[in-house]
Amino acid sequence: MKLKKLAAYAVAATMAASPVLAQLVFPSLSYRTGPFGANGAEVADGFADYMTLLNERDGGIGGVLTNVIECETGYSTEKGVECYEATKGEGALIYQPLSTGMTYQLIPKTAADGIPMLTTGYGRTSVANGAVFPWVFNFPANYWNGASAAVNYMLAENDGSLEGKTVALLYHNSAYGKEPIPTLEALAEMYGFDLTLLPIDSPGQEQKSQWLQIRRESPDYALLWGWGVMNQVAIQEASNIRFPMENFIGVWWSGSENDVIPAGMAADGYKALTFHAVGTDFPMFDDMQKYVVDAGLAAGSGENVGTVLYNRGMYGAMLAAEAAKVAQEMNGVAQIDAAMMRDGLENLVVTDETMAAIGLQGFGPNFEVSCENHGGPGLVAVQQWNAADQKWTIITDFEPTDMEVIQPLIDADSAAYAAENGIEPGCN
Amino acid sequence: MRISAWITGKGIAMFEQLLFGIEAAINGLMTGVMYSLIALGFVLIFKASGVFNYAQGVMALFGALTLVGIQEGQVPFAHLINAIFGTKITNFAWEVPALAAIALTVGVMIIFAWLVERFLLRNLINQDPIILFMATIGLAYFMEGIGDLMWGSNIKTINLGLNQGINETIDAATYEWFGYGFYIDNLDITAAIIAVILVVALTVFSQYSTTGRALRAVADDHQAALSVGISLRSIWVIVWGIAGFIALVAGVMWGAKSGVQFSLALITLKALPVLMLGGFTSIPGAIIGGMIIGVGEKVFEFIVSSSWFGDALGFTMNATENWFAYVLALIFLVFRPQGLFGDKIIERV
Repeated sequence: MKLKKLAAYAVAATMAASPVLAQLVFPSLSYRTGPFGANGAEVADGFADYMTLLNERDGGIGGVLTNVIECETGYSTEKGVECYEATKGEGALIYQPLSTGMTYQLIPKTAADGIPMLTTGYGRTSVANGAVFPWVFNFPANYWNGASAAVNYMLAENDGSLEGKTVALLYHNSAYGKEPIPTLEALAEMYGFDLTLLPIDSPGQEQKSQWLQIRRESPDYALLWGWGVMNQVAIQEASNIRFPMENFIGVWWSGSENDVIPAGMAADGYKALTFHAVGTDFPMFDDMQKYVVDAGLAAGSGENVGTVLYNRGMYGAMLAAEAAKVAQEMNGVAQIDAAMMRDGLENLVVTDETMAAIGLQGFGPNFEVSCENHGGPGLVAVQQWNAADQKWTIITDFEPTDMEVIQPLIDADSAAYAAENGIEPGCN
Repeated sequence: MRISAWITGKGIAMFEQLLFGIEAAINGLMTGVMYSLIALGFVLIFKASGVFNYAQGVMALFGALTLVGIQEGQVPFAHLINAIFGTKITNFAWEVPALAAIALTVGVMIIFAWLVERFLLRNLINQDPIILFMATIGLAYFMEGIGDLMWGSNIKTINLGLNQGINETIDAATYEWFGYGFYIDNLDITAAIIAVILVVALTVFSQYSTTGRALRAVADDHQAALSVGISLRSIWVIVWGIAGFIALVAGVMWGAKSGVQFSLALITLKALPVLMLGGFTSIPGAIIGGMIIGVGEKVFEFIVSSSWFGDALGFTMNATENWFAYVLALIFLVFRPQGLFGDKIIERV
């Protein structure tokens, strides 16, 4: 009798300890605390809320519920790697670490573990070459697309010529901030503008020296490649020295409400790049309100729905969910694994019909992923801040970028990585 | 007549660079004062209890968060309350005037000081300084978490009417004299005035008041101070309360630049070289140390990032300020281990 009881307990304990199989696990390496917590929380909320919406409205993806396992990294690369190690055994399908530093650390790990990673708008740019980086994706746009888009925008404002113009790049003195430099240097040579590089050490609370230099040299344009407090201080300092805000352009990580609101009216006219829409003017957000926010299931307070960073987190979740659907269709099973998810990502096709079905038509660009191109089309738009209305408005179309400049850089950097790591590039 | 009109040829470029250097130095002075605001809180607590208060930066953050929260009528712990009770409250139906909000925040910081004494310091009397230091590390993380729970992690805007941006009078006057207008931030000028008032008030308090002398006695020896009837607990509450007030001032000044956000806790890093240089026990040392660090780092950055430096040596450097401040402080330490104004360390054997 005792043995029978013991056996029953053992079976029950084993079942309880085993991972629940009927779930699609999407780990979220979030940062809601620490110096970058304000930004990280919005992205994490957008990601979690979209997955909740799928569960509540559609019963998950292909009938299987999603499960977001959140692990707090505090934007620390070391903690990010710990979170990866702690969650990868839970049936993780894909990682989106939201940090260039973490991405660099996880590239070899995800390849070894056979788990795909999607680094939309951040990370190592050359992972766009899927022949070298089969497990990493960075569609629909990367930093080099961003650099090129900024230059194209300046070209359009100057009748197609930047000859003799001066451009200052204020960048976070980290792997992230340094990413656009090779592209901008190539484009400076190509278009004849003078590029001044101004690094700012993290976190960027004090930038007086850099802004004194900008005031002395009066560049025609200033580009901002910052994150967190560095953005708010830069925009405030720009207004302090009366730098024309319409000539101050940030990358998409320097273009959220958090970056401009502290400067008040002084931030009016500031511009930023983007690869997705802002606001809630899409049918999907009605569902989000009904099934998630009003139902009290939102990850945050629900007040941030529609902000730039919330939308970016939501968009990341949407791309992952669409790739999971592709993987399910390709394999004819609902419960996919990480390898299937990778194939889903590599065969993802986003069209007007796809976006309309989700209720997000026009939210982001259409694109098709392939083994050769894990980076998508690199279409980028420019948005501008209206301080009076407290609103971002997209002022250009999603425009193509200089792939004839970017592609050779991607090829060269990925080839160097392949040589260093003994990878034989190839697409099967 | 402008001074620049007297200069011709190559002298113009040199004069221009000199002006730029002076502008960098003045901005360094102003930035140094901002560093001093943080350093002052460290000095006060170190003087009174021999504790290096690791939580000083978080206190600045907590003070600024509380001020904005009270001013905007935010409900403390709203997120927690909503999660537990399923409510949707965020704000009271009022806003508090700036002065009243400041007074209430000072009250909160005094209650915080009492709590620190009651639940932390009282249990650690006569412990080694390293134990007290470790306790303040724990306190820093605890306060960061409580600040997040109470007021949320979103970035907040301070609305105290502090004027920011270039000072037009200085700009116009220096343009008139030199043909180049200097950029001095109005906020930095305000911070400098406040810092001077604080230093004078604290120096007078520490040197001439009974409480100030008691404070120094406590710093020298807890047991000896107790034996002559000084109430250790009252002194600690007073000192932590004043340090909380200084932290609030620092939080407001830094928060006005960037919005009140959790990166404010990291401003501690800018105060460390100031303390190393000025000494951990000197109130005037904090401000003079801040100025030396501020001017040093700004002038060094100006020189090594200049094109003429690049032409002469074939390379330029940027983003030197963070490490240069520490190098400068270490150089001073070689010659004066107790800092410029710190008490001389005498160990009898």
